[in-house]
Amino acid sequence: MTDNYIMGAIRFIGLVLAQVLVFNHLNILGSINPMVYILFLFWYPVQENRTALIAIAFALGFTVDLFSDTMALHAAASITAAYFRFPIMRFVFGVNLEFQNFRISGATRVQQLSFLALLIGVHHLAFFSLEIFSLSNLLLILKRIVLTGISTFIFSTLLSALFSRRKT
Amino acid sequence: MQRIINFILRNKNTLLYALLLLISLFLTIQNNDYHRARYFNSANWLSGTIYNSYTEVTQYFDLKAHRDALLEENTRLKEQLYNRPYPYTVEMDTSSLDYEVLSGRVIKNSYANPDNYITINRGSRDSVVQDMGVITSRGILGIVERSSSNFASVQSVLNSKSNINAKILHTDYFGSLTWDQKDFRIVQLEDIPRLTPDPMKVGDTIVTGAMSSIFPENIPIGTIVKIDLNQAQSLYEIDVRLFNDMTNLGQVYIIRNRKRPEILSLENETADD
Repeated sequence: MTDNYIMGAIRFIGLVLAQVLVFNHLNILGSINPMVYILFLFWYPVQENRTALIAIAFALGFTVDLFSDTMALHAAASITAAYFRFPIMRFVFGVNLEFQNFRISGATRVQQLSFLALLIGVHHLAFFSLEIFSLSNLLLILKRIVLTGISTFIFSTLLSALFSRRKT
Repeated sequence: MQRIINFILRNKNTLLYALLLLISLFLTIQNNDYHRARYFNSANWLSGTIYNSYTEVTQYFDLKAHRDALLEENTRLKEQLYNRPYPYTVEMDTSSLDYEVLSGRVIKNSYANPDNYITINRGSRDSVVQDMGVITSRGILGIVERSSSNFASVQSVLNSKSNINAKILHTDYFGSLTWDQKDFRIVQLEDIPRLTPDPMKVGDTIVTGAMSSIFPENIPIGTIVKIDLNQAQSLYEIDVRLFNDMTNLGQVYIIRNRKRPEILSLENETADD
């Protein structure tokens, strides 16, 4: 149990630092920055308290906000992703979710990737539609949603492959 | 009562989500107002310290480029100094000067967002306050929006709220410099009235104007790359390529206009009458 908390804290700090020091400065094709901190929601234990997850997601998003001068956009997007995480999991994993010892690392590769893709979809949709309020270039926004989503997906997949616990 | 508590317990996730979403939206909208409190920016202690120690390391990778930029600036300044047409004496009494210049370093840069802010390692402890101008050796960078004790957050020219008085070099045609959020190399100069013949050509230099109480006159901004007319055909819309490479910023200068408080109070008095 304590292991889980320590692991969670390390992931939190590690992902925020990776996001603000590395991924916020990638600027692929001029303006695309993958938001890999979403992996925290992907890695979060399945059976854990949902209310706590929403609160943690707020803290996570808000910390990223503080570093990137985006007001509270990341916070709003990541609590949205956290809120819809359970419905998405039920949609992707189906009955498997009911098993006591179900783990995301035990699911098939396709299920894992579609879970990640849906999380990223919800998160980016929330993030960029909030950004629209302060903007008028709709086409630019759509382009950024798609391109940023793809880049986030690629980098998150790579990172999760790099850090996943080995299957035994 | 029991029912209400039960309802709250049953829907606690949704309620918590709604509450946090409202808080986020409130902060976002509140902070969108110019000159309204921007409490949560990267000039705070936590992110400032982390960015500062990060750039302590990474600045070494750009040392050569920054040295070359400084050398280039020194060459230009020396050329001006030696070619002054009349004999001069260097003013030693700095209290009578209009502008005060401080040096600083960019610890966080951003140029890919619709509203970009830059964080520098000078704050209210170094008497950096709101509405001081920030430039580099090549040209204009932005305006200080808020400072904490050790850091300051600078509103970049690449920001939808940025609006800086600018003019065409060697003329008095002035307009305002804005950004259309599309390309981080190009900014827009607007509100110059249409004149015949055209007072400017592609390639002309754009500098800061004298109408600003933040920047001194004639600080370089960029060169004209495209000249268009607006829909009513009455004003020019000019695309300006910045001299600054906004993707690679290092050392900056912060400019304080000593007479700004006087100008502002005078303007306020006139507006009150």
